[in-house]
Amino acid sequence: MRAASLLKNGWRAALLPATLIVVAQVAATVTQLESDTLASPFDIAQAFGSVMADGSLPKATLDTLKAAAAGCILGVGAGSLLGIVLGLSRLADEALDLTIELLRPVPVVALIPVVMMLLGFGAEMEIVIIALGLLWPSVVLARAAVKEVEPRLMEVSNVLQLGFLARLTKIVLPAILPQLFMSLKLAAGYALVVAVTVEITANPLGLGYGIMMAQQALRPAEMFAYLIWIGAIGWLISLLLNVAQRTFFPAFVKGEGR
Amino acid sequence: MVVTQLSTRPRQGEDNSTPTSGEARIRIRDVTLSYGSLQIIGGISLDIAPGETISVIGPSGCGKTTLLRMLAGLARPTSGSVELDGSVLGGPNRSIAIVFQDYGKALLPWRTAAGNVSLALEARGCPGAERPAIIRELLEKIGLGRHADKYPAEMSGGMQQRLQIARCLAQEPKVLLMDEPFGALDAMTRQALQDEVLGLVATTGATMVFVTHDLEEAIYLGDRIICLQPNPGRVGRVVDVRLARPRDQLLTREDHEFLRLRRELYDLIKDDHQ
Repeated sequence: MRAASLLKNGWRAALLPATLIVVAQVAATVTQLESDTLASPFDIAQAFGSVMADGSLPKATLDTLKAAAAGCILGVGAGSLLGIVLGLSRLADEALDLTIELLRPVPVVALIPVVMMLLGFGAEMEIVIIALGLLWPSVVLARAAVKEVEPRLMEVSNVLQLGFLARLTKIVLPAILPQLFMSLKLAAGYALVVAVTVEITANPLGLGYGIMMAQQALRPAEMFAYLIWIGAIGWLISLLLNVAQRTFFPAFVKGEGR
Repeated sequence: MVVTQLSTRPRQGEDNSTPTSGEARIRIRDVTLSYGSLQIIGGISLDIAPGETISVIGPSGCGKTTLLRMLAGLARPTSGSVELDGSVLGGPNRSIAIVFQDYGKALLPWRTAAGNVSLALEARGCPGAERPAIIRELLEKIGLGRHADKYPAEMSGGMQQRLQIARCLAQEPKVLLMDEPFGALDAMTRQALQDEVLGLVATTGATMVFVTHDLEEAIYLGDRIICLQPNPGRVGRVVDVRLARPRDQLLTREDHEFLRLRRELYDLIKDDHQ
């Protein structure tokens, strides 16, 4: 029902982008644009068609998405696991708190040279950097979620003498599942950013590399085609995850608005 | 299945299945509890016989809930000990069930009524094949038979509290602790649940400790009433309730003894508030 209302009211949201495209096309036509940095919407569309047809855009898209997804699963998975352990064990939390706080502020982009030296170019290096970038935020979110599990439920599990594993699977995990999904949603957007960054700065594959190549070959139309395509992909991913969140955790989404 | 096993137990009197020190199911020995320099409980001793129902009353801040949490093994006494059937209680124990006042927080919101009862069965390692029958019987017994597939959020407060009681019964507890369980419910629901709990305690032979701030509820349910005094929490008076069982919402409450007890307790509590 959400998608239907989106379609029905979509024309209002689409008005501004459509107008901008028309204005840009008119301006380009009137000025007879011949530029190494700008391109008319029509040229961009044409460039999009050609990189789509020759297979370079689909391949780049697949490379970037594969790396982002793998990094996301690794980073959020490992981070959430560690966060859950820290949330459950005060001992582990106290032992690792300082280390985490010291590692957390290191910008993930600063890791690119280090990881590149270790792993060289390729998908592997990109996945590791994405995973490292997502690790600490996932730790922090999962730890906070575990600490916010209703204390009464922990008492119930005490009274029932649930073992560690039973407590984890029957109480803690179901209780924090909405937050874990939220964490994944935030991570997905971030993963795409990091993936493209790595590709632009270092890694010769994917959408980021495509943009770089187009720019260096002085093909602005192709560059903008890549750029707009990246935006569209990011938008699609977040749309999908939002729909999934609304479907699986409706109560949590309502609470988010508070 | 569980229920038939429970219902064969006599309401009062000896329980041969477990060795007891003396007659007491629960023995509280000189228990104190302090948080830093603040003493919450200051030396409570009490023996509770198997099958006995104890009501605990007292002004707010007298340590009623803290005492109950110690009996549940959720709080550890600073000195002294709590014994269950002669052995010292070192922590929570599945044969001691506790019904919390905030039923909304004590239930798993992602599990149905049946699933919530199942949690206690899973905890005590009840085989999966036997669970559905036990769950159905317990829910039937507590009046939730038609609501097995509902989630807590779809239930009224009274139904949620019934569900929490059902989960506690699924533990097959020897001791049932109740922390102002009906305080947030309307009067009619409260009276209905009082009678149901009395019926359940009578058939299972469980020992019950019932904390309440409602004097009439304390008299109506209890064999004995423990009146706690505050600062620090200690036993002020122990009052025997000599009212016939089974009790009746109208007849028992009109009984002269009931009225006399109410007056006595009222004066007692009033003194503590001054």
